[in-house]
Amino acid sequence: MIELDAIQKRIIEEVADLHEVPAGAYNFRANSKLAGRNTTANIDIVSKEDGTGIDIRIKPGTKNESVHIPVVVSASGLKETVYNDFYIGEDSDVVIVAGCGIHNCGNQDSEHDGIHRFYVGKGAKCRYVEKHYGSGDGEGKRILNPGTEVYMEENSSMEMEMVQIKGVDSTVRTTIAKLDAGAHLVVRERLMTHGDQKAESIYKVELNGEGSAADVVSRSVARDRSWQKFDACIAGNAPSSGHTECDSIIMDEGRILAVPSLEANCVDSMLVHEAAIGKIAGEQLVKLMTLGLTEAEAEEQIINGFLK
Amino acid sequence: MLELQHVSFGVSDDRNKNIDIIDDLSLTIEDRKFVVVTGPNGGGKSTLARLIAGVERPTSGRILFDGTDITDMSITDRAKLGISFAFQQPVRFKGLQVVDLIRLASGNQTLSVSDACEYLSSVGLCARDYISREVNSSLSGGELKRIEIATVLARKTKLSVFDEPEAGIDLWSFQNLIRVFEKMREDIRDSSIMIISHQERILQIADEVVVLADGKIRQQGPRDEILPGLIGTDAAVNACERLMDGQTNGRAV
Repeated sequence: MIELDAIQKRIIEEVADLHEVPAGAYNFRANSKLAGRNTTANIDIVSKEDGTGIDIRIKPGTKNESVHIPVVVSASGLKETVYNDFYIGEDSDVVIVAGCGIHNCGNQDSEHDGIHRFYVGKGAKCRYVEKHYGSGDGEGKRILNPGTEVYMEENSSMEMEMVQIKGVDSTVRTTIAKLDAGAHLVVRERLMTHGDQKAESIYKVELNGEGSAADVVSRSVARDRSWQKFDACIAGNAPSSGHTECDSIIMDEGRILAVPSLEANCVDSMLVHEAAIGKIAGEQLVKLMTLGLTEAEAEEQIINGFLK
Repeated sequence: MLELQHVSFGVSDDRNKNIDIIDDLSLTIEDRKFVVVTGPNGGGKSTLARLIAGVERPTSGRILFDGTDITDMSITDRAKLGISFAFQQPVRFKGLQVVDLIRLASGNQTLSVSDACEYLSSVGLCARDYISREVNSSLSGGELKRIEIATVLARKTKLSVFDEPEAGIDLWSFQNLIRVFEKMREDIRDSSIMIISHQERILQIADEVVVLADGKIRQQGPRDEILPGLIGTDAAVNACERLMDGQTNGRAV
């Protein structure tokens, strides 16, 4: 395994909560190079022959195992597109932790575009955690454009936690999901933008099988002069249920465009969308100030709670 | 000790005409006293509480707390000096948990969960069920109200002001609430408590009763002197009548 430097270690901590080499399967990528890999009896990781990414194969029936695939970009001016494919075997129950951190101290833009495709087998359960983080005070932008595709077979379930709290200058997050009968998808997105950052989050979920269900919830905060767009569409193509919600706080000169949409192509599909955007309620600040917090401290607590 | 000296608070109506909500009011809340402020709706009781907490600033007059002039102090500085305020309509927070709020109130971010639970238990909530709940719209009005009171208990300040703690609470919870205030009366030590209430049961705990109407103090004195004259009026209703009148959610000015 390649020795990671201090910056890389700190970024790995931020995006994957890892302080040391994790138990189970993992694949560390640092500045476009493999920095470490471990496979287990049930989880295999192989590099694609054309060098564009990795395949992660989880055997049917694998229970309580995890895969960590953090990525670190600390070289200014580096641009890469990576394709990672996950084949999650039938009736398995696994946790996948992905995360990408960019540290850019230079003047050139750094960009990592990770395309993750999940093939979730029948009856399989997967929890997916993805954190994005940027740091460094260079003029070069930190750009992340993750693409996520989820193909869910019958009665599978997928819970996705997508977090981007700090430091990413520009992001376009595109997630598409196709659900067969009885499949359940839960998405919890948390996003904060500051400075002049721009973030777009696009979801397209197709409920194709009877009894499939999706719940896509985004909570976001736009500060300073940042801009966000949330565009989520759930299509009910079978007797199914779908819910999408965008709940946002705007501060300073932040701007948010929320475009929740529903497409009912089956009379027995039940679809709901909600969207709310507003500044922090004055009475919330007042309540915390009566507990002895300053206005700035109150604001911080409210946002931390909101994005928790 | 809290002293209000000739405090007035006015607002402008649609025609820019000044309306006095509080009119040249002077009042002293001594240490170790449990004072209940009562009076008709629209009489200025909630405004008085908000003026003390610093949510509103007086148009004229001074407010002193233990000899310090706090008239121009912020809400935060007054809270740090030792004033707590329980809202009549508690605020909801998406994402913040009950334990977070109690920790913030106690000023101790590392307050243990079991210590935080103590405060919830003392307001009649089964702590285990509530401690990690979000303070959001999944909580009922009565639950929020008791959590609000728990945050004031956790602050342990010199002066605690409660704005209609019984509003929005069902009859069964009300009995528990009375016990909470009776216990506070017993443990008052050097602190003082001011409660805005119409409830006879709460008035009966008071050392002193203040009757406020049209922004002025109409009566003030020891409970035994004032209360007999209030029984049967709007200023001192019993819980059942109040519930039957459907006024429990009424919000005073």
